[in-house]
Amino acid sequence: MEKNTSSKTNGPGKISRMFLTLYDVGAFVTRFFKEAFLPPYEIKELVNQCYNIGYQSLILISTTGFITGVVFTKQSRPSLAEFGATSWLPSLVAIALLRTLAPLLTALIAAGKVGSSIGAELGSMRVTEQIDAMEVSATNPFKFLVSTRVMATTITIPILSFYTALVGMLGALLNVSLSEGTSAKAFFLSALESITFLDITASTIRSIIYGFTIGIVGCYQGYNSSKGTEGVGKAANSAVVIGMFLVFLEEVITVQFFSLFRTV
Amino acid sequence: MENIKSKEKVIEIRGLSKSFGKLDVLKEANLDLYRGENLVVLGKSGTGKSVLIKIIVGLLKPDQGSVRVLGNIVDQITYKELLALRLKVGFSFQNSALYDSMTVRQNLEFPLVRNQRRLTKGEVNRAVEEVLDAVGLMQTIDQMPSELSGGQRKRIGIARTLILQPEIMLYDEPTAGLDPITSEDINDLIKEVQEKYHTSSIVITHDLTCAKAVSDRVTILLDGKFERQGTFNEVFDTTDTRVRPFYDYNFIQ
Repeated sequence: MEKNTSSKTNGPGKISRMFLTLYDVGAFVTRFFKEAFLPPYEIKELVNQCYNIGYQSLILISTTGFITGVVFTKQSRPSLAEFGATSWLPSLVAIALLRTLAPLLTALIAAGKVGSSIGAELGSMRVTEQIDAMEVSATNPFKFLVSTRVMATTITIPILSFYTALVGMLGALLNVSLSEGTSAKAFFLSALESITFLDITASTIRSIIYGFTIGIVGCYQGYNSSKGTEGVGKAANSAVVIGMFLVFLEEVITVQFFSLFRTV
Repeated sequence: MENIKSKEKVIEIRGLSKSFGKLDVLKEANLDLYRGENLVVLGKSGTGKSVLIKIIVGLLKPDQGSVRVLGNIVDQITYKELLALRLKVGFSFQNSALYDSMTVRQNLEFPLVRNQRRLTKGEVNRAVEEVLDAVGLMQTIDQMPSELSGGQRKRIGIARTLILQPEIMLYDEPTAGLDPITSEDINDLIKEVQEKYHTSSIVITHDLTCAKAVSDRVTILLDGKFERQGTFNEVFDTTDTRVRPFYDYNFIQ
């Protein structure tokens, strides 16, 4: 009876639930590191997941990246033109895409497309007892389902992020070529001149963090989804909402962190 | 009780209790499964029959009491020991729980290649074909689970557990949702598995036709306890108003 009284009062119940969830997430992440790096390895499933994630997001990322490149260039031109600095457009676009737009855009698209897909797939497997079936046949569902998916998002999202930057640059090139008549060679030489090793490193590290976050959130929500079809829907939804929220939060933190290393 | 085939207990349940919130589904329940027998556990829906077999394979933890399976107390062994024990206990799920992104072949290979990593491709193929042959569904080998009928899914689910050659089989509602003819096929399969693979089985069901067909021994789960254990006829030779309606509904109506 005492147990019920405490759970009926809103304050302590919510706080203790929050700490329990945090503990649970911590245990989930710890288990990932334990399972992912200890043999046996599920290489075939990892490759399969990398292919799925890349394939799922490719068309959306190509379209979005290209449009972002075109629009960003077009919107930036008037401000630069005021100072007669339209020649800086390639550098501006390259820096903006590599430092922020490409990693963030890719992560947000992946959170929506891949995170929801992982949440729904694992949630559905939980509801239909497929995960239990793996458990009782003495196999390790965490290693097969969670470790491979989290590793796949962590590997694939940085690659997709650089692809987005490249496609965005092509969009920018199209706009600049049509407006200023700049050649592709001149455009890329100017763009690459402004990119530093720190830009590439920071972009890679941030994409790795976003990829890991999206994978962990999607897998956690799906793997622990409650019974029933409602649980599957909630898992997919939470994977997107929490994934996007955490990506923005990480963006703020990582931008602050990497700005410590910049001289200008 | 003369139907007990061996005196060796493969599962021994003592004082088992399990609650979900305020609902007590098992209350200090005791039950034994003897080697080589098919024990049918009857009971109404929601009385904790499935909870029982999930505790046996360590998917759920008991609140109280002990479950000894092949000499191991399930909630006291290490995870590694539990995995070793699970290799000896096959679990056939109510909805079959086939991996819907894999073909039938991949479903059957999945537990085998992960538990016996030294097997060659040829040995794996032979094992898959052997169990598919045992359940009479060789033609489905490259089909996806979504292309199978309910009865076929049940059979493949059973084949997937048989591939690890378990000593104990746990069937959760094997005939639920099937037509009478397909149910009869599944009942025959359960008997065939017992004879061919020498398994000891617990069959959870509320289908008395299934219970009569496959059981060596029957028990009824009533109010969290296993009441009336014996052969099918012994169990239903009663005027107990908690037991009699089961029989009357299935065989008199």
